[in-house]
Amino acid sequence: MNVLNGLNGLNMFYLIQLLNAVQYGLLLFLLSSGLTLIFGIMGVINLAHGSFYMVGAYLAFWLTKLTGNLWLAIPLAVATSFGIGLLLETAIFSRLYQRDHLYQVLLTFGLILIFEELRSILFGDDVHGVAVPEIFNYSIPLTDILSYPAYRLFVTAVCLAIAGLLYLVIHRSRVGMMIRAGNSNREMAASLGINIPLLFALVFAFGVALAAFAGAIAAPISSVFPGMGNQILIICFVVVVIGGIGSINGALIASLAVGLADTLGKVFAAEYSGVAVYLVMAAILLWRPQGIANKV
Amino acid sequence: MTHIALPRGILIAALLLLALFPIIGTTFYLQLGAKIMIMAIFAMSLDLLVGHTGLVSLGHAAYFGIAAYALALASPKYDAANLWLTLPLAMAVAAIAALVIGFLVVRTAGVYFIMVTLAFAQMLYSVFHDTKIAGGSDGIYILVRPALTIAGLKPLDLEKPVEFYYVVLIALAAVHGFLNRVLHAPFGRALAGIRMNEARMRSIGFPVFAYKLVAFVLAGALAGLAGYLAACQFGFVNPEILAWHQSGIVLMMVILGGMGRLHGAVLGAFAYVLTQEILSSPALLGAYAKHWQLAMGGLFVIIVLVLPHGIGGFIEVTWRRFSYRHAKASGANDP
Repeated sequence: MNVLNGLNGLNMFYLIQLLNAVQYGLLLFLLSSGLTLIFGIMGVINLAHGSFYMVGAYLAFWLTKLTGNLWLAIPLAVATSFGIGLLLETAIFSRLYQRDHLYQVLLTFGLILIFEELRSILFGDDVHGVAVPEIFNYSIPLTDILSYPAYRLFVTAVCLAIAGLLYLVIHRSRVGMMIRAGNSNREMAASLGINIPLLFALVFAFGVALAAFAGAIAAPISSVFPGMGNQILIICFVVVVIGGIGSINGALIASLAVGLADTLGKVFAAEYSGVAVYLVMAAILLWRPQGIANKV
Repeated sequence: MTHIALPRGILIAALLLLALFPIIGTTFYLQLGAKIMIMAIFAMSLDLLVGHTGLVSLGHAAYFGIAAYALALASPKYDAANLWLTLPLAMAVAAIAALVIGFLVVRTAGVYFIMVTLAFAQMLYSVFHDTKIAGGSDGIYILVRPALTIAGLKPLDLEKPVEFYYVVLIALAAVHGFLNRVLHAPFGRALAGIRMNEARMRSIGFPVFAYKLVAFVLAGALAGLAGYLAACQFGFVNPEILAWHQSGIVLMMVILGGMGRLHGAVLGAFAYVLTQEILSSPALLGAYAKHWQLAMGGLFVIIVLVLPHGIGGFIEVTWRRFSYRHAKASGANDP
């Protein structure tokens, strides 16, 4: 009986790690799906995508403090970020579409500096916590000593719902059809009468809003801190490289794989856990340099 | 855009100017000058990839940083390391890192290449940041600068600002000369061909992968030279030296000066470091100096939107326009 209990505890430990991996992976998916769509459709490499994650998290932190309610703060943060996305697209990014990637890198690198410095001016350089909302502020007991926080499960469920919604929008709706058309051949889609500037602006703002949403909903788990956007951005690049540029399905598989690699790395080789994710990427580069979902 | 070399006269004049600078420069400005020239070497090594081979690397700080770490780890704690041993060692470590990473990244192109170079640089960063190697996230000190000895004599003492300045200047001139030679050799012409039309080079029969990989390793080794000198100068190495911020900054220098021109990279290094000094100087800007990154970021955005070919390109276009007008005006006066 004792042995069984021990085994059970060990299995539960792995269950918790698996849940964490899935939660982290789905969060990465929210960010990298926007990133990969912006690459695939507009051909823009956007280093500032991580900054939008940070913007979402800090807006959630600030609005929660203001309104005292995370459920109000998240929609407000997402709406604000959508507005910021529209503004940035029309003012800056629309001028980048025809330019070399090099200049896109530089301009968006400049945007990162601006966002980080504004964050430092407005909120300072300290780490801030965001309280977990009352309804989810408990843990689900798994064994005598192990338990799992309910809020993490909630985040996993929401991310799953959004991933499903994204799939439906892209594969089953008219807008999704336009997005797919723009993704596979921009010029052809434009000549068929699709309003490309409007589509681009909407996709960009949508990507920004998704990133901000990810930041906002993860804020109670990860807290908000300087440089949080850049850290996750590079992991998202790894996801996009593994999944293949422009592929939402690839991004989903790659996000989960990266989430799993990162979590397993932390369990088995804590010091070198940062390397695990990149080893997966190296293997993919040797095997399929174009990413798992893209052909040739 | 073909490789544009400056007239030899201007190069010699610039070299003389840099060589004579210590006559008027105080210690502070000598150190600033050395720092700029180190960044110029770093920027030139990146320009070999970005401007001449068409490979936009966003992880070049990895090789700069790993060479700095090589010096830090190879130095005795309270004694001077031997420059003739540690410098080749540091450059070799950087070159080997570039070979391993290059073998994986060179098979990708375009946006992939940018992301993958960045990702592998970040992998090295996480190794030095998360493990106990070389002090972990706290970094490691190099208390005594390496000794430059020739046959038992010490012609240049790296501890003295003036003499360190000259060592860096010699390195800068040597790297410029070397890269200039490389770019005009058949190897360099092949790289230019790859940049302009890779498919055609491949169909002619050039082993494009090998050429790119060699360029990547060469650029890594030269970045290692810059990293070695930077570690000498600051006497301190921490993971930030190979963070992606550093990679972004050196890329900015290359663009700022106008890529595809070696002197452009040098010009870019001067322009960037001096701009940073001005923007972050409390004496000039008071309380705003603390937030210099805001202005720097804004500058990046404006330069990309307004000066598509960097400062170097801007000067060339203006010069060409001027001389064209001049020629037309004098031609009109001829009977």
